[in-house]
Amino acid sequence: MLIRHTAEIRSSEITPERIYQNRREFIKASAALLLPAIQSQRSPFDTTETVTPYQNATTYNNYYEFGTARDDASKNAVNFRVKPWTVSVEGLVKKPATYDLDTLIGGLSLEDRVYRMRCVERWSMVIPWRGFPLAALIKRLEPSPSARYVEFKAILAKDQMPGQRSRFLGGGLDWPYKEGLRMDEAMHPLTMIATGIYGKPLPNQNGAPLRLVVPWKYGFKGIKAIVSLRFLDKQPVSSWMESWPEAYGFYANVNPNVEHPRWSQSREQRIGETRNLFLGGGVRSTLMFNGYADQVSELYAGMDLRKNY
Amino acid sequence: MPEWTFARITDRGVKPALFALCLVPITLLVWAAVTGRLSANPLEDIRDTTGIWTLRFLLITLSITPLRRITHWHSLTRFRRMLGLFAFFYAVLHLVTYVWFDQFFDVSEMIDDLSKRRFIMAGYASFVLIVPLAITSTKGWIVRMGGKNWQLLHRLIYISAAAGVLHYFWRVKLDISRPAIYAIILGALLIFRVLRKRRYGANIAALCSLF
Repeated sequence: MLIRHTAEIRSSEITPERIYQNRREFIKASAALLLPAIQSQRSPFDTTETVTPYQNATTYNNYYEFGTARDDASKNAVNFRVKPWTVSVEGLVKKPATYDLDTLIGGLSLEDRVYRMRCVERWSMVIPWRGFPLAALIKRLEPSPSARYVEFKAILAKDQMPGQRSRFLGGGLDWPYKEGLRMDEAMHPLTMIATGIYGKPLPNQNGAPLRLVVPWKYGFKGIKAIVSLRFLDKQPVSSWMESWPEAYGFYANVNPNVEHPRWSQSREQRIGETRNLFLGGGVRSTLMFNGYADQVSELYAGMDLRKNY
Repeated sequence: MPEWTFARITDRGVKPALFALCLVPITLLVWAAVTGRLSANPLEDIRDTTGIWTLRFLLITLSITPLRRITHWHSLTRFRRMLGLFAFFYAVLHLVTYVWFDQFFDVSEMIDDLSKRRFIMAGYASFVLIVPLAITSTKGWIVRMGGKNWQLLHRLIYISAAAGVLHYFWRVKLDISRPAIYAIILGALLIFRVLRKRRYGANIAALCSLF
């Protein structure tokens, strides 16, 4: 009688010869990958959820200045010039001036933080940002006590940004893109200015050379390619508020109970986890304040979040 | 030896070729999915591709009659049913994407969506209206219903297409230029019929020169 023995080692488990031959390089490369993780401290704000693949985070972007298709920014921002870069600081601040970027942020210590990012269009990612708390920059700029809001403006560069030249490509917003935060939101330790992701300098399509990250708000609050900060005593008007006030308010806090006119916000599609659509893969419940309620809900105590969406 | 009439050639040669051509969008989509070349949000890719091709096939189907009048190539009518059924095919895929992949059969969520959002209503309406057309698309049904009634029923495609365009219009966020293109084409196709009904022969010629 013939008894068939299955091979004890499945072929899928055998290391390909090419990798075996280069095992020393492979070990070195693996160690190099681990090294920054060992060096940099884990931020207490880090989420432990699976980080979105770099490939997805850098090719699936809403950056209408380069076009409304998700892959437009990664294609059209390749030659975007991020040097030299200046940021003008205006309004109720001690020294209103235009700063060279290196002067503005030089000396601020960089931190790595892994945040959830929830787009208003029902998708989400988990991104390791590298940057500094916005509060550190604001303290350096010394705004006057009467400053209650910060307004951010992104670059206006029609020659480099096809979406700013054409409504058809740019989705019909007025440029430059504008955003704003209340001072206490801006000073919150979670709020950061990112100059990098995944331990690398910020790619152009992700908002190089500097962008805002406010993890408890919808992604569109995270204005990219910032060229101006203005301190105000009145609430500024953001680009989306201006274009479609019924859908987009000043706060734009992630809130599963407040719907967008076009869709419910109760669930989201986690990018990179959408492998098995047949089994409802990748769809998950959206959390209040994107899961940062413990840290930020007191900022909005007593406010009707249905009205202040 | 069969006689190779023009009709025979279109039936034996052109029709299968056109059939294969109509399958290109879904083939490309499946191919991209299998080879992992969809975007980071495959749900969105499938939803948008099936949706836009439903609309395109509805408009292609509606353009057969005007095209036939202009070119006097009357055998074009032979392809109309197939094109219409492909519109239905892509509509089914679009709906399945919504019900399965997007909502994952959450009935209460879907009812909520339907009752609150006019673009969802328009989408459902567009689909529901072409279901009877797909069912009665066979020769048997033309006989059973009688040509007049059948034709009357199949005018629902105008409303279905209009609802489909509206669905697209109400779905976009700010810039309406893409749905506007579809609205203009649909408008032109409908105006062609109205003018023809009124026997404004000269106007048709003028209209044709415009497009």
